[in-house]
Amino acid sequence: MRFQQKTAYDDDINLYEDRYQAFWYIALVGVAAALPFLVSSYFLGEVVNVLILAIAGMGLMVLAGHTGQASLGHAAFLACGAYMEAWLNNKGVPFLISFPVAGLFAGVVGVLIAIPALKMSGIYLAIATLAVGIVAEDVIVLLEPYTGGIGGTFVNAINLFGVEIDRYANPSAFYWLCLGVAVVVALGYANLLRSATGRAFVAIRDSEVSARAMGINIARTKMMAFFLSCFVTGLSGALMAHFLGAFNYEAFLITVSIQLLLMIVVGGMGSIHGAFFGAMVIGFLPQIITLIRQQVSMTAVPGLDTGVFAVILVAIIIIEPLGLYGQWIKTRIWWQLFPMARRDMFRRQKSYLKTERMR
Amino acid sequence: MEFAQLLLGGISGGCVYGLVALGFVLIYKATESVNFAQGDLMMLGAFFTLQFVNAAYWGLPFWLGLAMAVVVMAVIGYAMEALIIRRLFGQPQFAVVILTIAIGFVLRFLAGFIWGHEPLTLETPFAGQNLSIMGLAISVDEVFVLGTTVVLTLALYLFFAKTRLGVAMQASSQNQLAAYYMGVPVKRIHGLVWAISGGIATIAGILFASRGSIDPNLGLLGIKAFAAAVIGGFGSLPGALLGGLIVGLVEPFSGRYMPAGYSQIMPYAIMLVVLVIRPNGLFAQVQSKKV
Repeated sequence: MRFQQKTAYDDDINLYEDRYQAFWYIALVGVAAALPFLVSSYFLGEVVNVLILAIAGMGLMVLAGHTGQASLGHAAFLACGAYMEAWLNNKGVPFLISFPVAGLFAGVVGVLIAIPALKMSGIYLAIATLAVGIVAEDVIVLLEPYTGGIGGTFVNAINLFGVEIDRYANPSAFYWLCLGVAVVVALGYANLLRSATGRAFVAIRDSEVSARAMGINIARTKMMAFFLSCFVTGLSGALMAHFLGAFNYEAFLITVSIQLLLMIVVGGMGSIHGAFFGAMVIGFLPQIITLIRQQVSMTAVPGLDTGVFAVILVAIIIIEPLGLYGQWIKTRIWWQLFPMARRDMFRRQKSYLKTERMR
Repeated sequence: MEFAQLLLGGISGGCVYGLVALGFVLIYKATESVNFAQGDLMMLGAFFTLQFVNAAYWGLPFWLGLAMAVVVMAVIGYAMEALIIRRLFGQPQFAVVILTIAIGFVLRFLAGFIWGHEPLTLETPFAGQNLSIMGLAISVDEVFVLGTTVVLTLALYLFFAKTRLGVAMQASSQNQLAAYYMGVPVKRIHGLVWAISGGIATIAGILFASRGSIDPNLGLLGIKAFAAAVIGGFGSLPGALLGGLIVGLVEPFSGRYMPAGYSQIMPYAIMLVVLVIRPNGLFAQVQSKKV
């Protein structure tokens, strides 16, 4: 195993533990950037889907994983971004302006929703956001002049610095666009976690009362978390609009919100990696199931991928509450310590529940 | 006349929501966790009854089939707690939420696999029978729904307030450790609560099925029952029924008197308003938060 000597306090919050880790991350981005030359355009489309899901997952992770405010209605913000992007795109606004505006719009809607949500906590917040997600479906249909109602709406190809970016005509360019956004968001997220704001988020997650005692402005910080989360989710929604081409309210059903939350739980709550791992599971699982089905020549079973995903989820929550990323960390540490790893090293601490109800 | 008819339909619809909400509240009251799969348990219960009762399947007498379905679902509820939920004993509340959502997905998939995705109708002995009271057409299943709900709510309320077991359930919720010290078998109590709630879900499912057809996505109705439970305050049994009635009444009336498209939003809009005004429900029981 490697030993690491820290010579400055800042070493504790460095983006990378050491040079080797930095190397591997850069190598990963390099391989990702070269992917269009390595795989077919069909597979590339799947990877784009995973990247968009991962961006949305990072958005939700800020809120659910790091601030502890579970949201079961994040598809609503995905829809905000997607419809804003489509509306501006059809008005002829260039992508460089419409893309951030779509994110900002989702962020502002998120803050508006956060104002009443600040008073709620735990299960009530989850249910309130669930309601927001359901109401959003109907609001999309009711706002027909802007959203196209049940018929839906469509977007045109992106024109960025004279390059026509379209999912079908120019898949590699669209892939690089999504990859770029994903990398920028991930870097921004990692830096956020090093900042005072990011640490305030985590403090609120771990104990709201203690965070307040430390002088954190709970209301402001939670609003900030909502804004950042919805902003990033809105960006993902804007990309999703271009990925889908034409879409209607059915792309943002409440089941999508729930799936987003389940996705980051599978990946690993409270880690940026978790968003990517979860997106990979969600994105590739249907393909893997199809492959296996072809191998054993089984007939198609409707809803099989959701069913399998749910079973995996149940297993993960019981065996490994920190998700795939938690499992990865444990495996890595086990190998690093190789003969020294002990069984009880990761024993979970249990606590007895007490009610918050007084009667 | 139309008003009275809407009122009647709303009340009997509200009773079904109320019963599902009752299942949520029961589990929340006794184990401090929220069962997002309650709607799917209801769906499963309805399908089991259909399996036992319908002529196309086993064709047993209705009441026997009903009793069997309730027992089967109680066993399934107990098994779910004992085999899966209990593993998370002592973990944060949020983990149980995710777990029950996932279980709901699994149940929905299984039901679709076994009974197919086409809507099916449960054969009840009182289907299509109508009573006529003062010019109002009252179908017998509406009376059945109403009666069952009132009796069940009353029975559960008395069970929680008066019996030894009910008090033990409340104790195990309020402070698990202290309940252990007092000799309450907390884990077994949790299993029992899940069994009861599985049974109630079955009855709710049968009541729902007696008013229309059932399909595997019926469980999404559970979300509407959430609105009911929240409006009533999550810890109160009569509150759950009241919340259910409010949701049930709002739906037909807003569908009749408001522009199209608004009636689906109304239950959630009311719930959000309630949450904004009283973040812990109409019958709130939270006074202050501790570290």
